[in-house]
Amino acid sequence: MKDLINKLNKHFESRVRLGVMSVLMVNDWVDFSTLKEALDITDGNLASHIKALEGVRYIEVKKQFLGRKPNTSYRATLEGRTAFEDHLKALEKLINTTP
Amino acid sequence: MASQNEHIEHLREIRSIMERSSQFLSLSGLSGVFAGIVALFGALVVYLYQYDFYFGRYYHGGVFLQEDLLTGEALRNFYVFTLLTGAIVLVVALGFVVYFTNRNARRKRLPRWNTTVRRMLINLIIPLAAGGMFCLALLYHGLFYLVAPVTLIFYGLALVNASKYTLRDIRYLGLLEIALGLAASIWVGYGLIVWAIGFGLLHIGYGLAMYLKYEGPDKQAQ
Repeated sequence: MKDLINKLNKHFESRVRLGVMSVLMVNDWVDFSTLKEALDITDGNLASHIKALEGVRYIEVKKQFLGRKPNTSYRATLEGRTAFEDHLKALEKLINTTP
Repeated sequence: MASQNEHIEHLREIRSIMERSSQFLSLSGLSGVFAGIVALFGALVVYLYQYDFYFGRYYHGGVFLQEDLLTGEALRNFYVFTLLTGAIVLVVALGFVVYFTNRNARRKRLPRWNTTVRRMLINLIIPLAAGGMFCLALLYHGLFYLVAPVTLIFYGLALVNASKYTLRDIRYLGLLEIALGLAASIWVGYGLIVWAIGFGLLHIGYGLAMYLKYEGPDKQAQ
């Protein structure tokens, strides 16, 4: 039991981070406002969690200009994908083994 | 420690977010029904205009008279009439699709315009535009009898292509359209009937099925 819980990734503990990773798993580059809309949260909240995921290199960032507007997009890295998949597997296992 | 239910809830949420962010879910079945009715109506109008031109008789029938053939001015008028009717049908049908889909999005509180919608449209338009241009090429070479099958085949391919970004059911509608188009390309001369089936009946049938599956009266409350 304890082993199983240890396999859960600490970086995915918050709902927002799980949400960000969920969106990035099934899409290529996604910009900030789309993420915000999909998860229905505030700018600041999203930004801090994105920074955390970026810090552990689970997502990568691309900044560009659309016309004159700055636009930031995110994508899950291979590392992030693997970590998220492992986390999901651990979650599933946990659910299946607990009576 | 997080409880069992919490984990299940997390997994469920993850799945829902993945679906919402990668699929355009507000496509309304009703738009298919109305687009189909408009298409049937258009086919009827063309049929009433010049029914002799259609049906196997023109191509295979034993009783084939020279007078049955449209020529010169009459033929040109007929093509102009058919193309115009087709264009009007397309615009009205698209109008219904946009209207019902918008309404559905509002009801389900889904975004009306985002990257998923854009991606779906791009994937829909590429085969459609290629098919449209190919049809123009067919007309240019005088291969009129292949236009109806080709529109269906390319429309089917467009649906299959776009189905990755919307409700999966669209994929099977696309496959049906392709099959119908291929069949019609072998047994030529039934262009109008094939159009009525492919754009009319299939849309109505599919639209109804999707409406009942995703938007039926019992699902309105959610």
